[in-house]
Amino acid sequence: MTNSELQVLVSSWMDGLEFIDEGAQYLTITVPKENLRDLMFKLRDDSEAAFDYMFSLTAVDWGKNRGMVYHLESTKYRHIIVVHVYTEDETLDTISDIYPTAILNEREAYDLMGIIFTGHPDLRRLFLQDDWVGHPLRKDYVDEANMIVK
Amino acid sequence: MTTTEIDNKTGLVTQEYKINMGPQHPAAHGVLRLVLTLDGEIIEKVDPDLGYIHRGIEKMTERDTYKQIVHLTDRLDYLSSHINNEAVCLAVENALQIEVSDRVKVIRTIIAELTRLASHQLWWGVMGMDIGALTTFMYAFRDRELINDIMEETCGTRLTMNYNKPGGLMFDIHPNFQKRVKEFIKHFKVSLPEYNTLLSGNVIFKKRLQGIGYMSKEDAIAYGVSGPSARGSNISCDVRKIHPYSAYDRVDFNEILMEGGDSYDRYMVRMKEMEESMKIIEQLIDNIPEGDFETKTAAVLKLPKGEYYQKVESARGEFGVFIVSDGKKSPYRMKFRSPGFANLSILDKISRGHKIADLVAIMSSLDFVIPDIDR
Repeated sequence: MTNSELQVLVSSWMDGLEFIDEGAQYLTITVPKENLRDLMFKLRDDSEAAFDYMFSLTAVDWGKNRGMVYHLESTKYRHIIVVHVYTEDETLDTISDIYPTAILNEREAYDLMGIIFTGHPDLRRLFLQDDWVGHPLRKDYVDEANMIVK
Repeated sequence: MTTTEIDNKTGLVTQEYKINMGPQHPAAHGVLRLVLTLDGEIIEKVDPDLGYIHRGIEKMTERDTYKQIVHLTDRLDYLSSHINNEAVCLAVENALQIEVSDRVKVIRTIIAELTRLASHQLWWGVMGMDIGALTTFMYAFRDRELINDIMEETCGTRLTMNYNKPGGLMFDIHPNFQKRVKEFIKHFKVSLPEYNTLLSGNVIFKKRLQGIGYMSKEDAIAYGVSGPSARGSNISCDVRKIHPYSAYDRVDFNEILMEGGDSYDRYMVRMKEMEESMKIIEQLIDNIPEGDFETKTAAVLKLPKGEYYQKVESARGEFGVFIVSDGKKSPYRMKFRSPGFANLSILDKISRGHKIADLVAIMSSLDFVIPDIDR
């Protein structure tokens, strides 16, 4: 499906979605965090969308808030979609039961960006020790001993 | 949690226990620590503990320029170093709409396939060694040396090549390049059947792999597995075919797919992929177009505000670069989607119920490079 066909399909499912199509490489949706799981279920299970392959999950610190960027692809139709979700209070719903690849990726996002995924089966730090203070990928993280800031 | 129970037949008290495999384990190919929960010798759970070689490369990108970042990426999966460099360069070139010449595209593709061959050779040698066949290591390194020599001559280094830059290549190919690549192909066409004679048909080797670590097609997709590991479960996922980049749209090669989904099928995919890589190189090596090896670019590149994603097929699977730019000289956020990380996430699922020795075989068949997982 082309980006505009995808946009028509996805916007028929629920309200409150924002689309960025112009200038972007892939169709990009911004979803309110309370609708994230609904949207992910739809994206995976709808027969025309069939986004079964989540190939990238990225936690981004946008300054005023933090959020996740999910990249999804359909192994059947080979179309790609990007989902943005933002959080003001550091919590997001887990999608690890919908896409199991998120089990480790959400642990990474928790470890390095401090986003707490409610409902995650095993949310622990992944790379850093358990007693590490802070989350290094945040923009306001300071570590004078180990970071060279130009 | 440890559960204690009394065996009905013998009256002996048995309990689950945990052991550490790694971080310094000869079969782990790097500093990967696995906490195994065992029932006797049967694996009940595999819990990977990462971070022993985490260098914070994603954080480092936020202070470096795009041209500098290229040189960090060959430290991710050091066996696919050229392909990782290429991914960053393609992302930057696409964002800035820099057109590179056909010559650059073809040379990049040849070097990428040589890299894939060298990576698969090393994997094959080490895989045999993990299973207990020490000879394979010698054969593989004998042949890999020839590729390393070609790389040394043309790229300047043997392992972490850094031959790419946004806009083209660091320098033109060495005058001997075509001759030596052809010599290598001629040599390896004889050696590769030797590999198969030595190991692929070996009864002990087959028994160690067949039916071990079965990965269903649905699971593999859901866990984000890619590359030869996924193609062993009959998933068509070759980025070179699906989203062609560089010169892959002008060469003829097959995507190798196997039906079985066990460790042996993943092994066979890589063995056959080496033939395809040679096919690609043969089609291109005599047809390197004339042209510039670089397009002149500004010393410091600034990407327009926005998000960019570039995926390529590394030796281990789908390698992705995600750039969030705010228009400055460094990315606002850069994420590397490493194939090893996703492939590791399914390890727990496919090794449950197997023995510890089988875990070694499964890990080999997934072909982990730990710096790729840790980043």
